Amino acid sequence: MADTSVTHAHETHDEVNDAQLWEGGTPPMRASYGKLMMWYFLVSDAFTFAGFLIAYGALRFSMPTWPEPDFVFASFPFVKAHWPLVFVTVMTFILIFSSVTMVRAVQEGHRENSRGVVFWMFLTILGGASFLGCQAYEWTTLIAAENMTVSQNPFGRHIADGVYLNADGSEAKNDDGSAKTFKNGESYLLHKHEGKFDVPTLRYTSGPYAGQTAQAEFGPKAFGALFFFITGFHGFHVFSGVLFLTIIMLNAAGGLYASRKNGYEMVEKIGLYWHFVDLVWVFVFLVFYLL
Amino acid sequence: MAGHQTYEEQKALVFKGLMLLGAITIVEVFIALLAKGHMIHGVEFKHGFGHYLYMALMVAFSLYKAYFIVFYFMHMAYEVRGLVLSVLLPTTLLIWAIIAFFQEGGAWGARRELIKQKNEEVVQPATGGKPTGYLLPGTTYFKG
Repeated sequence: MADTSVTHAHETHDEVNDAQLWEGGTPPMRASYGKLMMWYFLVSDAFTFAGFLIAYGALRFSMPTWPEPDFVFASFPFVKAHWPLVFVTVMTFILIFSSVTMVRAVQEGHRENSRGVVFWMFLTILGGASFLGCQAYEWTTLIAAENMTVSQNPFGRHIADGVYLNADGSEAKNDDGSAKTFKNGESYLLHKHEGKFDVPTLRYTSGPYAGQTAQAEFGPKAFGALFFFITGFHGFHVFSGVLFLTIIMLNAAGGLYASRKNGYEMVEKIGLYWHFVDLVWVFVFLVFYLL
Repeated sequence: MAGHQTYEEQKALVFKGLMLLGAITIVEVFIALLAKGHMIHGVEFKHGFGHYLYMALMVAFSLYKAYFIVFYFMHMAYEVRGLVLSVLLPTTLLIWAIIAFFQEGGAWGARRELIKQKNEEVVQPATGGKPTGYLLPGTTYFKG
């Protein structure tokens, strides 16, 4: 087997026709074994994520109400304001930037430019670590401040119009003296008070339960489990990606891949993985935050 | 692999990718916030045609981002046909998975709603005092 056909198969891309392929000696996919297997690993990983996200859809469709993302994901570090989806947009941009720096690292690898590879991979690692930091903030807010867990979801939505009641059964008032009412579909968060959830009493004024008194309910508890498992599984991919990027960056800096003379193929393979993590985020972002 | 491009073209592609993905993300978030009623007071798309249009747009933008990442950042556009098909064709199985499981989810919801209705149903007690049910009158039975 000619050594050029293995290591630089792409350069012979246009010169090999199907008849010559059957003669053997040229890999039919014209990609190295490692790169091909990385693609097939990513296919299997895509199915794992698709299974999770489809489960999210099925459970969401089975519930009469579902927490609204623009209400749930509205906190921002150091700001006491309701900024819906702003923080996750920042996280998305961090991942896009780190994907772009990864492309640059792969390109410098093809030019056998060791310094370029290390520089752009370092920026990629910084992006990945920043993303993990953002996710840590997001999880901490949800768990510690808003009391969401895998089995408990205090984010609910009203199923009809109504009015909140005081402990003695009279209608609760706002500060300006108007009745404390709520609308059908409006979101609410149950707060904890001295270790116990403060569950307000309310009376519906519309819908099939009009006139009935009820307690505000917790939201569908599958939401908490799905959120932590899916974003956690994605975050674990980012985390392991950062580890592998670090190892490969150190190897590149040490001259290991330069000695292989194959265009820093290892950088290309971890690049595929890293872009895949960004690709999955596109769909996690769609399903959890946009819809 | 990007063997066909010059180094300058490759760098231009990276810049294009950054601008494209960033712009689409901003547009997506803007439309999502508009549809949920956060952008213009009194304007929201939570029901009916507007809601479906908003969801279709979100899915379409996301699919385009996925296409761009796979074909240009992951160089799928420069791979041979066999590799492209062996990776992309299996993912079409997901189309059926989405249809089947979403329908299944809808059925779970309908069933839960039915059980709730039945649980809340007030059953009228039988009138007349005596148990009636489906028993035939006493004289029908053979008494030996």
